[in-house]
Order: sequence, then C-alpha cells, then structure tokens
Amino acid sequence: MPSPRYHREIPARYRLEASRCLNCGRVAYPPRRVCPACRGRNWETLRLTPKGRVLTSTVIHVPPEEFLNEAPYAMAVVETPEGGRLLTQVVDCDPGTVRPGMEVDLEFRLVRKEGRSGILCYGHKGVPPEH
Amino acid sequence: MAGIVGYGAFIPRNRIRTEEIARQWGKDPESIRRGLLLEEKSVPGIDEDTITISVAAGRAALKRAGIDPRRVGALYIGSESHPYAVKPSGTVVAEALGMGPEIHVADFEFACKAGTEAMSVALAMVEAGRVEYAMGIGADTSQGAPNDALEFSASAGGAAYLFGKADVLAEVLFTYSYTSDTPDFWRREGQFYPRHGGRFTGEPAYFRHVREATLGIFRLSGLRASDFRYAVFHMPNGKFPLTVGKELGFTREQLETGWIVNKMGNTYSGSSPTGLAAILDVAAPGDLILITSFGSGAGSDSFVLKATQLLPERRGLAPTVRSMLDRPRRYLTYGEYAKFREKIIVND
Ligand SMILES: [Zn+2]
Repeated sequence: MPSPRYHREIPARYRLEASRCLNCGRVAYPPRRVCPACRGRNWETLRLTPKGRVLTSTVIHVPPEEFLNEAPYAMAVVETPEGGRLLTQVVDCDPGTVRPGMEVDLEFRLVRKEGRSGILCYGHKGVPPEH
Repeated sequence: MAGIVGYGAFIPRNRIRTEEIARQWGKDPESIRRGLLLEEKSVPGIDEDTITISVAAGRAALKRAGIDPRRVGALYIGSESHPYAVKPSGTVVAEALGMGPEIHVADFEFACKAGTEAMSVALAMVEAGRVEYAMGIGADTSQGAPNDALEFSASAGGAAYLFGKADVLAEVLFTYSYTSDTPDFWRREGQFYPRHGGRFTGEPAYFRHVREATLGIFRLSGLRASDFRYAVFHMPNGKFPLTVGKELGFTREQLETGWIVNKMGNTYSGSSPTGLAAILDVAAPGDLILITSFGSGAGSDSFVLKATQLLPERRGLAPTVRSMLDRPRRYLTYGEYAKFREKIIVND
C-alpha cells in the first residue's frame, strides 16, 4: 500500500518546498512545526533552489536490498543556497569523487519503487552541475 | 498568434557506443556506423524514466517562458514508455512542475509521434482560448530487444513545449497530420519488447507518412523546401531522415542542425521534438522551421514555425541540446547497460 507519509511529503519531495522560521530565519527541510533553533511556530513556505554544496558524504557499498542494483552509490548531505539541508544520493558520477565542497544540481529522479507492483516514489538527487 | 513561449530538452548523461553493443553480439560495428549512421546513444540511469525526463524538460521550458506554472491550464505527455500502465505520467509531472490542481492532464501514445501529438493538442487548446498556456511533452526511455537492430538506436530523452499567445518565441504558422493503418511496428498488451514488420518499416511506413505529411503542409502553406532555414524529421536511425529530407528537396545545411541522432540515438516520442529544440537553440528571428514526426502504426504530424525576435534572449535561460550531447558523459559497458535497463533477472 502507498505510504500516507510519502503522499503528505509530495510538496517537499517534488518541489523542494521548505519553511523559513519567521522569528529567527532558520530554514527547515522538510518543513517542520516547531523551529529546532528558537522553538518558534510561525513559518513561511519557500522553494529551495535546485542546487547546493555537499557538506558530508559517504559511499554505500552494502545497501538495503531494494537498492542492490545501485551500489556502490554516494550519499551526501547537500545544503542549498537558502540553507536547506537534504540527505540525498549523488548520481551520474563516480561515487568516489563526491566530496565535501562539491557543487551539485538537484534533479528530479525515481527514488524507490514500492516492490514490484507498488507505487513509484520520486524526489531529488544530486548530479554534477551544468556549466 | 499562438506559438511556443518556452521550450526545453533533457538527455540523460549515460552513453553506450555502437562498438560496445556490436561487440556483445559479434556484429561488425563499421557496417552499423555506415549503414545506420549511429555512433552512440543515450541510456537512462536506473532512476530515470519518462516522468523524470519530462520534469527536467518541463522545468527548462518554464524557465525560458518565465511564467507562473499555475497559469498552465493543460499538460499532455506523449510517450510509449509511461512508467505506469494505469496512472498518468502527467499527474506526477504537473505536481513536480508546480502546475495545477486546476489543470487538464492526459497521457498520449502513438509510437514515436506521441510527442508531436501532445504538442498539437496543447497548441489547439491555446488557439481555442480554453486555456492561457498549455504544455506538450514528448519523452521516452525506449527499449530494443537484446540483439535486435533496434538495440543500436533505442535511447532516452525528451523535449517540452509550452504554448501561449503572448511573448511567443516561435509562431506556429501551420499544422498538418497524415495517418493510416500500417502494421510496421507494434507491441501487444503484456509484451515487453515491441516487434517490427520487416518490409513494412521503410517505404510504406516511415517514408510514405513523412513524405505525405510534409507535402501536405507544403500545399497548405504554399511554401517549398527552399523557403525553410531548418527542417527536422523523425530520426529512427541516421539514414532515414537524411534520405527523406533530400528527396523532399532539403539540403544538408537545412537538415544538419536538428539531426542529432548519431550522438543521441532514437528517443522515440522525444526524437523530432528534441531535434526541434536543437534548432531553436540557434535559429535567428524570421527563420522558418519545418518539423515532421513519424509514429508507427502509422502517422506523421507536421508543423511550420517562425522564430521571433524574443527567441535569442530567452534560449540562454536553460541548457542547449548540444551542451547536453557534448557535456561530460559516462560510457557504459554492455554489462552496465544491461543492468541499468534491467535486462538482467535478479532474485527477489
Ligand atoms: Zn526559529
């Protein structure tokens, strides 16, 4: 069965919708109810620019079973210019070249399949930037 | 006058060379290079499909148009590789592009011409005044059966066209369609790979429909081959579009800008639309452009376009087709390609 959480997260997953705290300016991705910085509860919605910089990264050699065909792959925390942070794969390059400081574009990709007959789950992944 | 207000293309970054496929099956790569004029083709990543290609192309089209996506009243996606058998690709794409929920969405199929079909209907919705803007997309991640001639050409990519009446980048002056029942290529429900009907594929299918659609739009418009600056025909391989173009009176110079099949392969519904995008990437104001698609089954759609003053300043807002063909690419071995295209059966 499609997970209700996936459906609820579509604006964040598909359009990179995040929230900015009206009290302290902290950007939360995915959007949150309570600001982790100031405990504020008033937010505005913004769309993250689909690009960013790798903060930390690692290469997954032994993945969960459903990602077996994709290993080895790079996972990274990517920060967008607005300060939104995503944990995401970085693809279309040698995973060993994904290092902190690397610039990436965020592209819309298939993230997982719910088994052989379930729904397809989409979101964003890092790719080498267009120049 | 209605026309294209934004366009965008996307080609996945993985490639496989003709040599690599030929080597796998013990075929002579030189005879394929010479016979079909194919050097390499694009291959989708394991996480790329018609939906992700459509989103990338659609985002580029919206950037060039510079409009709020919520003003787009219709979205049509033509493909023969929609990821779901039941659930339109357009539902995911509209949501990702920030369109809707007040939007009319449909997926189209017509072998390789589903993209121009989507464009044709999107244009008509705008011309009829039913919607302010409408987008038509042609995208595919086509599959040829292993060791079939189609395996050298079947590739992945697509292009998106946003139609409107204001701030047009290319006016659509004429459209014309030509269709008949011709069993050149088909796939029955439940079958994985398509089949083609040998002697039906060339003259009675591709050549007849492309020729008749192009001659039809010549009659309708009063234009001749020499009036156009550029022309693009559906590209199932390198040879067919050059042969039919020459026969219709076009020169190599008119054809070469949109002829990207040698590096991209046949992206099916995305083929002639992506060739058109490559032309819009360089066309000058006032240039007349012809596009004729072809879809097995069979039919062709023809459009006559005229570039406007606005085109040169808008095209820089998104990547060009040539930059996507030339940018850093990853060349796959046949084994990697087979894994990416999920041709290898693994245990559950
Ligand atoms: Zn705060």
